[in-house]
Amino acid sequence: MKALVIAESREGQPLENYLEGLSYAKALGAEAALFLVGAAEALPAFAGTLFLAEVAKHLEYNPKGHKALILSAVEQFGADLVIFAHSSYGWDLAPRVAQGLEAAQLSEVVELAEGKPFLPAYNAKLRRQVETSGKLVVTLQGGAFAPLKAGGSPQVTALDTDRQSQVEFLGFEAAAAKELDLTKSEIIVSAGRGVGKAERVQLVRDLAAAIHGDLGASRPVVDAGWVEHSHQVGTTGQSVTPKLYIACGISGAIQHLAGMKGSDFIVAINKDKEAPIGEVADLFCVADLTQFLPILTDKLQG
Amino acid sequence: MKILVCVKQVPDMESRFQVQAGGTAIEEADLAFRVNEYDEFAIEEAVRLKEKLGEGSELTVLSLGPQRVAEAIKKALAMGCDQGIHILDTASRDPYQVASLIYQAVKDQDFEVIFTGMQSQDLGYAQTGLLLAELLGIEAVTTVVSFCQEGDGFLVQRELEGGQRMNLKLQAPALFTCQLGLNQPRYPTLPNIMKAKKKKITQLEAASLAPPAARSQTTSLRPPAKKGQAKFLEGDLGAMADQLVAELKAKSLI
Ligand SMILES: Cc1cc2nc3c(=O)[nH]c(=O)nc-3n(C[C@H](O)[C@H](O)[C@H](O)COP(=O)(O)OP(=O)(O)OC[C@H]3O[C@@H](n4cnc5c(N)ncnc54)[C@H](O)[C@@H]3O)c2cc1C
Ligand SMILES: Nc1ncnc2c1ncn2[C@@H]1O[C@H](COP(=O)(O)O)[C@@H](O)[C@H]1O
Repeated sequence: MKALVIAESREGQPLENYLEGLSYAKALGAEAALFLVGAAEALPAFAGTLFLAEVAKHLEYNPKGHKALILSAVEQFGADLVIFAHSSYGWDLAPRVAQGLEAAQLSEVVELAEGKPFLPAYNAKLRRQVETSGKLVVTLQGGAFAPLKAGGSPQVTALDTDRQSQVEFLGFEAAAAKELDLTKSEIIVSAGRGVGKAERVQLVRDLAAAIHGDLGASRPVVDAGWVEHSHQVGTTGQSVTPKLYIACGISGAIQHLAGMKGSDFIVAINKDKEAPIGEVADLFCVADLTQFLPILTDKLQG
Repeated sequence: MKILVCVKQVPDMESRFQVQAGGTAIEEADLAFRVNEYDEFAIEEAVRLKEKLGEGSELTVLSLGPQRVAEAIKKALAMGCDQGIHILDTASRDPYQVASLIYQAVKDQDFEVIFTGMQSQDLGYAQTGLLLAELLGIEAVTTVVSFCQEGDGFLVQRELEGGQRMNLKLQAPALFTCQLGLNQPRYPTLPNIMKAKKKKITQLEAASLAPPAARSQTTSLRPPAKKGQAKFLEGDLGAMADQLVAELKAKSLI
């Protein structure tokens, strides 16, 4: 089997997630080649074939162009499998490439068991196994496959195309400045959608104050405007590693877990015993937080 | 301007999911269904665009699924869509089939702007919108967190990792997949719910739209192997709080 692993660059720098793609290819015993729209001066470390298109011409966002380039690499290499990261780059391109190949796509593969890919389903409460035939496109859940060690330098095969998206790429905009740096916090108490309404975030603030912790939050709480964005934990917020992380009314979606699973000790307070936060929690209090938090805060103050 | 929004109905994610005998689908009998969260942002953005354009613009909501998905269409109508299309389908489909069926239903209707969610909460394919755009041969932008119509074009922001964004400009026809937080979806008001009852829903049979063969097939569905070593505390809240405090103190965490 031959696998084309799609590498990414962001603002001129190659990202490291191709190492997870290589790991996946290796686990399948596939021969791997890399694809990158990037710059010849900043190549990913890899001892093998790299299909390279110039980012100066093809830009970092130009889906029609990148799709055409990937299809030509697939053909030249004779790839049976195309491996993307399930990243903003990967989930945007994978279905376009799959359609170009008339191939199936499996999104966010988390596990290989006996060579078969498994996908998360129903907020990670279940795992799904899928059969496909012919060529296949996959995107891999970040962190699911241990990255291979980087090394070597690639043999470059240059790619080019005249395909262009009508979408005009105007540039990047940095994330909002973080007035609050949670990365140094020792204790974080986070509010999730389970708090139910803006006023009840106070219950979580009170608990945080009682144990001298900082307030964190899941995305819906921030999107709803209940808590400032600088408190958001997760892939589109901050990645934190406190000694103690208390998740109040947070289900444990992968994008939230990615930002906090490195915490030393994790407490979940949730009324749904099956919530996937249980996968990473050390202690799981099955409780309605509206009743439980005041009692807990009271005991901690007393 | 003709606008389309695609809506999927999904089970409430706080449910207990039981796998059916045979092991490839879940038991639906006891589940509550709702509009896919991402699609609520898509509906809201579509309604705002229609309101902004005013006279002469028309907004259609489309959902594919069994009889129950009529509820999702009605909610979108109550939020401000003008009419609905229900592709009645009881089969389980892969995203390529869903996109193909939607394509068959809308290909001759010249929609200039299409909104979908970036992904469905239940199966998380994040494919249907892009596949539909590919079939229609129109541009698509995913993970939209800011949307602005200006003249005959659109200025949008795509969200990247860490909250970084990308600014893009494009013209219709185009499809946008909506990310959480794009806007604040409105609640349907009672008068709008009443008005929605008079809006037209066109029903189409999936079989009449010649669905292609699936590209993938679910062969098993099971709970993940329990990796976690979580200790569960349940029951009396006071006792639970005492135990939690004791554990945290024993570990010198507080
Ligand atoms: C590209 C992308 C990036 C994302 N980035 C992030 C990110 O950076 N951070 C992030 O958090 N999310 C992110 N998300 C969103 C993520 O997928 C989830 O939607 C989100 O984390 C869910 O937040 P939540 O757990 O608070 O809400 P829900 O999933 O709705 O969970 C609420 C929980 O509260 C519990 N609950 C309800 N009521 C009570 C009660 N009274 N007492 C106790 N428990 C209760 C429920 O059982 C449930 O488990 C991202 C998504 C995408 C697609
Ligand atoms: N059955 C369906 N009916 C209508 N729209 C759908 C359906 N399935 C998916 N979609 C749309 O495609 C988006 C992405 O879904 P998915 O590809 O399943 O993750 C959803 O947010 C919907 O907007």
